[in-house]
Amino acid sequence: MEPLIILETDDTPSIHLDAIGKFEFTGKSLPEDVSVFYDPVISWISEYAEIATTESKFIFKMTYFNTASSKILLDIFMQLEEMHLAGKSISIEWNFGEDDEDMEEAGEEYSEIVEVAFTFLSY
Amino acid sequence: MTELSDSALENKSEYMKFVVQFHKTMVDKKLVLAYEGEVTQDITKAFTSMTDRNIRKIESDEKIRKKVYHVMVECLQNIAKHADDDIEDLKDYGEGGHIKSGIFIVGSDSKEYFVTSGNFILNKNIKDLTDLLDNVNALDKDGLKELYKFKLKESTLSEKGGAGLGFIDMAKKTGNQLEYHFEPIDDKSSLFLLKSIISKV
Repeated sequence: MEPLIILETDDTPSIHLDAIGKFEFTGKSLPEDVSVFYDPVISWISEYAEIATTESKFIFKMTYFNTASSKILLDIFMQLEEMHLAGKSISIEWNFGEDDEDMEEAGEEYSEIVEVAFTFLSY
Repeated sequence: MTELSDSALENKSEYMKFVVQFHKTMVDKKLVLAYEGEVTQDITKAFTSMTDRNIRKIESDEKIRKKVYHVMVECLQNIAKHADDDIEDLKDYGEGGHIKSGIFIVGSDSKEYFVTSGNFILNKNIKDLTDLLDNVNALDKDGLKELYKFKLKESTLSEKGGAGLGFIDMAKKTGNQLEYHFEPIDDKSSLFLLKSIISKV
């Protein structure tokens, strides 16, 4: 399966999804149209869900996202939850800046909504 | 604004007086940014990075700066998006020139930063907006957190869901109520003003 690599811009995060075992989201997210930006990501994960065999750890190191992006992030977490419920080994690592209470809280809120194991790390 | 600049062509000193007064108002009100016009994604990006840089000079607390940045993004994207929603209804009756326009002001005083946005809305939407904002303003931190989670979940179930997530988030992140006003323009539309406050510590 082809990896999906999206480079960071001033309003979109860097995304690196590779079936050999790298799943990372880093940076800011406030695109003009969240659907246009995230559609390939959602499709990639749907396709990956069919073939995933090993443990998959999705690493999020977001510094900022707007409310429109927060809805899409939940869509992504729900895809991961479905994979988990289908018996795949899935975990989410949520990174936040040491003093960034908002980002920490955002991660906690997601962990309360979806049924996937979250690990919280501050940097 | 338009009338003043027209008269300025005939009478330069009047115009200069206006500029002096306008500048004085901006300084007195400690306005970091004041804008009237179309709001696009490029403008959103330019304003947020410019204001972030300017506030960096007067505000050392990164948490506060992040809150100002966040509220600015939500307000600006609100103007850009909601204008789009109503565009078909609005374009029939002459207010077309204002559809994508809004007013946007960022300022401060000794106690707080404030972000104010204004955009044209249809009068038929006033009730829903009022209900939503009153509901947000009646909730405490935990209540806002619950409502936010509820609306977020709802948003994944339907395209129309998650309405007002931006307002809830602004109130939740700033810890302050949202002040609002609807200024009637004509029988179909109003200018919707929204002020969000970020307290200085």
